[in-house]
Amino acid sequence: MNDILLYSLIVLGVLGGILAIILYIVAQKFKVEENPLIDEVEGVLSGANCGGCGFAGCRAFAEACVKSAHDKNNISGLVCTSSDMSKVAGVLGLTAEAAEPKIAVVRCNGTCENAPKKTHYEGADICAFAHTLYAGGSGCPNACLGLGDCVKKCAFDAIHIDKEKGIAVVDEDKCVGCGTCTKACPRGVIEIRPKGKNNRRIYVSCVNIEKGAIAMKNCKVSCIGCQKCLKECPFEAIEMRGTLAYINPDKCKQCRKCVDVCPRGSILAVNFPPRKPKVELTESVNNESKE
Amino acid sequence: MNNYLISGSPHIHGGESTKKIMYSVIIALMPAFLFSIYYFGFNAVRVTLISVAACVLTEWLIQKYLLKGECTIGDGSAIITGMLLAFNLPSNIPAWMIIVGSIVAIGIGKMSFGGLGNNPFNPALVGRVFMLISFPVAMTTWPTPNPIFSNAVTDAITGPTVLGYIQEGLAKGIPANELTIYENIEQFIYSGSLGEIGSIAIIIGGIFLIFRKVIDWQTPVIIIATVGIISTVCWLIDPTQFVHPMIHIFGGGLMLGAFFMATDMATSPMTMKGKIVFSIGVGALTIIIRLWGAYPEGMSFAILIMNAFVPLINKACKPKRFGNNPVK
Amino acid sequence: MNPKKTFSKGGVHPEENKLSSDKPIITFPVPKQVIIPLGQCLGAPAEAIVKKGDEVKVGQLIGTAKGFISANVHSSVSGKVIKIDEVMDHTGYRKPAIFIDVEGDEWLEGIDTSDKLVGEITLSREEIINRVKDHGIVGMGGATFPTNVKLSIPKDKKADFVIINAAECEPYLTCDNRLLLEKSHEFLVGVKILMKAVNAPKAIIGIEVNKLEAATLIDNIIKGDEYYHGIEVQPLQTKYPQGGEKQLIKACTGREVPSGKLPIETGCVVVNVASTYAIYEAVQKNKPLISRVVTVTGKSVKDPSNFMVRIGTSSMELINAVGGLPENTTNIINGGPMMGKSVSVNEFPVIKGTSGILMITDKEAQPRQVSNCLRCGKCVSACPMGLEPYLLCRLSKNNMFEDTEINRIMDCIECGSCEFTCPANIPLLDYIRYGKNKTGQLIRSRNQK
Repeated sequence: MNDILLYSLIVLGVLGGILAIILYIVAQKFKVEENPLIDEVEGVLSGANCGGCGFAGCRAFAEACVKSAHDKNNISGLVCTSSDMSKVAGVLGLTAEAAEPKIAVVRCNGTCENAPKKTHYEGADICAFAHTLYAGGSGCPNACLGLGDCVKKCAFDAIHIDKEKGIAVVDEDKCVGCGTCTKACPRGVIEIRPKGKNNRRIYVSCVNIEKGAIAMKNCKVSCIGCQKCLKECPFEAIEMRGTLAYINPDKCKQCRKCVDVCPRGSILAVNFPPRKPKVELTESVNNESKE
Repeated sequence: MNNYLISGSPHIHGGESTKKIMYSVIIALMPAFLFSIYYFGFNAVRVTLISVAACVLTEWLIQKYLLKGECTIGDGSAIITGMLLAFNLPSNIPAWMIIVGSIVAIGIGKMSFGGLGNNPFNPALVGRVFMLISFPVAMTTWPTPNPIFSNAVTDAITGPTVLGYIQEGLAKGIPANELTIYENIEQFIYSGSLGEIGSIAIIIGGIFLIFRKVIDWQTPVIIIATVGIISTVCWLIDPTQFVHPMIHIFGGGLMLGAFFMATDMATSPMTMKGKIVFSIGVGALTIIIRLWGAYPEGMSFAILIMNAFVPLINKACKPKRFGNNPVK
Repeated sequence: MNPKKTFSKGGVHPEENKLSSDKPIITFPVPKQVIIPLGQCLGAPAEAIVKKGDEVKVGQLIGTAKGFISANVHSSVSGKVIKIDEVMDHTGYRKPAIFIDVEGDEWLEGIDTSDKLVGEITLSREEIINRVKDHGIVGMGGATFPTNVKLSIPKDKKADFVIINAAECEPYLTCDNRLLLEKSHEFLVGVKILMKAVNAPKAIIGIEVNKLEAATLIDNIIKGDEYYHGIEVQPLQTKYPQGGEKQLIKACTGREVPSGKLPIETGCVVVNVASTYAIYEAVQKNKPLISRVVTVTGKSVKDPSNFMVRIGTSSMELINAVGGLPENTTNIINGGPMMGKSVSVNEFPVIKGTSGILMITDKEAQPRQVSNCLRCGKCVSACPMGLEPYLLCRLSKNNMFEDTEINRIMDCIECGSCEFTCPANIPLLDYIRYGKNKTGQLIRSRNQK
């Protein structure tokens, strides 16, 4: 009995030892030299693999960060959320550059109320398909279709279709501005804009390229290209893109003059403190975004 | 302005719906149900009602409180599971066992995979096999049928099914051709679970489903033919070891399985080619388990085993493409 | 007549509902204004060559084809161009169009407006194809593919058959049936022209047996006249999609168009009835494609009819002519119920591809109680192309476009048989179309590399 036990122990022990040696040799021979920093950087990233940075995933981004830090001693040109970037900089022993935080903005306010539906769609919940089928419930060929291609693509759960409004709404707290939704939208409704000082933004919430008269019929808050804002703006921040006004976020000083002057209410000012009597719209938007 | 409907073509529909299909199956199960009432009396109604009620309730509770989704018990699929499960049970089984079986059938067999259409295994069979393994005695003690219009006073007598009797006999070393079965065929052929006894009633229901285009005729026919061929070959080779093929075809749950369980839409292959492979597999496994396995009846195991192969069969058996050229 | 034939696999049988099959074609009065869209064919829209204020005559060229797959556009009325602007087409998107106010009905010189049958074909092959091109003839079954491109057969190919698509497998539509009955001789001369144009010794007219009257009539004419030698009537089983190009070739000749290839691979050229008639008019009468037969129908429509309509007439005028829009209309379809397109607006101009205007009632409208896929396999057995719609739908939904390609999504002819039979009411074809679009992009981007 004891012999058997002893014999087994010896055999197993020797076998284990041999295998351990083989494993060690193999591990040494085929060792992949990898900077441990990459793992560390990857650790502080969100791991959503959103692709917003332009890399295949968070791992690839981490590799790029480490390489950049090694080669150039900075990580400029690499984009992730600002909080993550500062963490990455911390790991790499660099000071985080104050990259401007960005956010996705749905440039359509064609809610069920503002742009009443003239037709209703039934079928696959794919904007890209509905886009080929018809111009949209309100008739505006550029409006948000509200079927949620952006929602499906968002890795951060930061964009949703508001059931009552029938359009996509961005969750400001969750959005990192990766831009995945912009690519998903077949109509180019979503734009990535700087988050703005104190989270305040002014933008034209419309992307329609129809003639003014037609745009007016389709939607109560459509930009009709009247150029009033253009004339009003003291900083030349507004440009016309066809029949559509566009506010250049780099030039905008957030004076809100354009908001007051817009006859259609298509320029939105978000997260501003309510002003006295004048602007009800700002207030309502403000309230909504808090909800 | 009219609020027109916008949708992709086609704009008309054939009118077939999940509900219609499910209720057709329920109608098709009715002859067998009536038959079982005739043979087992009130007990058949009791078992079936408890089973159906338990299945529907389980599904409803899970949808309402666990999934918190849309309630779809109206489509009738839970009723079918309940009926099929009941048809697989002996008529004297205690109520609590039926309820446990129903909960397993619906809860584990169906809802845990995402409900109707997503279940890889036939839920009624999952329930049955669970019960067979958990309560082997209760599940294999079959009351001898007591037709409600006959005068026989036999309600206390229980006996094995014909297949069980054969297996026992063979195990004792009695040659198959000398088993008393041929003399007492009347007594044996109608012994078993609710659904095992009425082959004719099941065939009637099956034919209705075939005409209603709910099931294909190929599946049941191939299963029965496979069982028939293998058992005939065996019987011809050695009649002392194997019984007459007709006993295998009409005895046990073959008919019920072939017409109602192997044809279950969610758990059978999509293409005709796949269905043929599946049916041959079910038939062959059934007869192999019956002749050489530990259990006298192999239908439910055969179907469950083949259910597991369905995704593979679907992948391998593609329909014949039009314009038969490989993708370039 | 030959015995009845059909295609090999799949297919469905929707309710036929040919409500207007015994209604003769009524020549619709010339409207006060026409709106002629410049993009009336598959491919690039035409370029306007008239300007505001120009006087035009019937049959005058007003838009020239731009690019290889594109077709000329002619004025269907005489009058004054009031503007060149955008007009909402049936989808609700705005497309460039020419607006013409009608003054009188003055035809361009050289167009034979008489009803006299001209049987003798004097033009040569090249002349015929050029005439078809100049006169802006496109496939009038709905796909609007320029016919001249179809007739220009590559040098290394040979056409054995001209196949005339008279199956009209779409429920409700009757315009081709009426044309066959009322313009049989003209139609048959059109077939002769096609045979000459592609140099094919034989022509087969595929007709579903629910149009037996037309089939018998055409058959008798062919048998009674040596001139029509080589033309043959092939009765087909009433089954959808019998009129699908590939299915029709399979049914008529037994040949199978290889995956991803054009019908000419099998030596067949398939032309629609309405296009054949238009070719007759263009070649023998020098008349461009300026009018077509439109079936205006629906279950609740008072008086379902077939109209000979000038291109550019407003749909609303046609709807009013059949007794107005029924109360219980839930959607209007441009084309047939199986492959037609939903219309977002009442008013859109009739174009070359408008074979019908169908008003679907609330009862018929597809019930959209979508439930789980039962994996019943009905879509697989209904698919005439031998595909697995359920799988393509699921893969498209999950954006797995390499897999959709392997499963041959590009073979889908979008007939809608799968969705028609689906008991769970899943919008299969919507997903497949989306997948097809994306897979196409994937293939194109790969080919460019």
